[in-house]
Amino acid sequence: MSDRIIQTDNFSHYFGAIQTLKNINLEVRRNEILGIIGPAGSGKSTFLRALNRLNDLTYGSRIEGTIKIDGQDIYAPGTSIVELRRKLGMVFATPIPLPRSIYENVAFGAKMAGIKSKSELNELVTDCLVKTTLFEEVKDRLDSSATKLSGGQQQRLCIARILALKPEFILLDEPCSGLDPISTMKIEESLRQLKNEYTIILVTNNTKQAARVADRTAFFLNGELIEIGQTEKIFTTPADQRTNDYISGRFG
Amino acid sequence: MYLNPKIEQRVVQAILWVFTLATVFILFFIIFYILHKGLPVLSYNFLTTNPLDMGKSGGIYSTIIGTIALTIMSLLIATPLGVGTAIYLTEYTRESRITRVIRFGSECLSGIPSIIFGLFGFILFVTKLKMGWSILSGGLTLAFMLLPTIIRTSEEAIKSVPYNLHEVSYSLGSTQWQTVTKVVLPSALPGILTGVILSVGRSVGETAAVIFTAGSALRMPTSLFSSSRTMAVHFFILAREGISMPNAYGTAAVLIITILIINIIAYRLMHKFIKKYS
Repeated sequence: MSDRIIQTDNFSHYFGAIQTLKNINLEVRRNEILGIIGPAGSGKSTFLRALNRLNDLTYGSRIEGTIKIDGQDIYAPGTSIVELRRKLGMVFATPIPLPRSIYENVAFGAKMAGIKSKSELNELVTDCLVKTTLFEEVKDRLDSSATKLSGGQQQRLCIARILALKPEFILLDEPCSGLDPISTMKIEESLRQLKNEYTIILVTNNTKQAARVADRTAFFLNGELIEIGQTEKIFTTPADQRTNDYISGRFG
Repeated sequence: MYLNPKIEQRVVQAILWVFTLATVFILFFIIFYILHKGLPVLSYNFLTTNPLDMGKSGGIYSTIIGTIALTIMSLLIATPLGVGTAIYLTEYTRESRITRVIRFGSECLSGIPSIIFGLFGFILFVTKLKMGWSILSGGLTLAFMLLPTIIRTSEEAIKSVPYNLHEVSYSLGSTQWQTVTKVVLPSALPGILTGVILSVGRSVGETAAVIFTAGSALRMPTSLFSSSRTMAVHFFILAREGISMPNAYGTAAVLIITILIINIIAYRLMHKFIKKYS
């Protein structure tokens, strides 16, 4: 099996007349953490949302080029979007628990997929909460509302909710932008562990976070992929002057 | 004309205070007057025996049942239609000419006087479709009257569900229908319920549309095709024909208390709804 499991080929994206991504060519490798950095409006979130076709929800969204996952073009007609989204679990910038209990939040995806067995669901929920180190903190109040958890706990719950989909990929869209340093540290810690089982794409505004956890890092600017490479290389000897300017804080 | 700001403030305050007082006074006067005249007539017997002798004596039991039957009937028709329309307008289509036409049509519907609805129901359901004066005809007619309110309140309730909840639901692999039924509707439920309960109030109090379509039979209704008299119609006939003013006020008191209770429930729900989303 090829090591490159996501491959984009001259991928461009438009919202109406505005081009948000320009000819992106990159690949994602199995069990890596790919960090995507870049200033606001650089297209990094749009790229992430193109991968699970969440942009489709916005009227006027249009693409050119291809994105292949395991060799399959995900924009080919006849692709099951529901299956695709289960394969690429997404965590958003602000933790958005569904207005339901902790248990129901984690079990939601599985229930939508048609799993009804109570014991199977119980096992799944426990398993996913353990993986995100949330289980010990919430095991006595699985039936209480998820909105009562702290911000950091909510974000870990959102990750647990994704794991319950049994995805291959985890897409994170600035998952720590609203969190304190300790919660951020806990999330980064779970990402390092999750890497063994999943392929992770982490969009972040915090370049230091990419430096800490990403194996490879991509730098986006104005809808273009400027540079992609091993994280150390991007952060020590970037090939492009613009990358250098961005990571050294000269703009963005 | 120049007034000292202090005096101006006092004058304006006094005028506005009088306006407010007048409004509240009228409301309380009506409630007090009806209850004052009606409460002495009320008794357990009045509520649980059928009207006798055209309503001159006896109670109002069959008209209470008639009111309940008609209200339930109208809600059973209007709620699915109205909520369905609201779901379509908010979730399944974009703002376009068609949605504007639908919305405009529904606004117009809410401006039509109820007597016109009664006439329309009489011509269409009672005579053309041969349903006769019946709970079915009355329920259908009332349902059309309630639709705009239910559509409007449901639409607002659904729109107030944060958009990112949709995204979360989709990103967890839900279909559109699952997103609507499992995420959007549960969050919008208090708002939708508020609209439905306000509609109950209108349904209970409606007279003109009902008298033409459900008729005014005093017998206990036995099926959907029975003609039935509601409390509002009963009050109208008792008072207009001068059959029994005490019984008319008794009926009015029951009616007003019912509507007050319904409005209080709706208000409470609305309050809960607002607190939840702000």
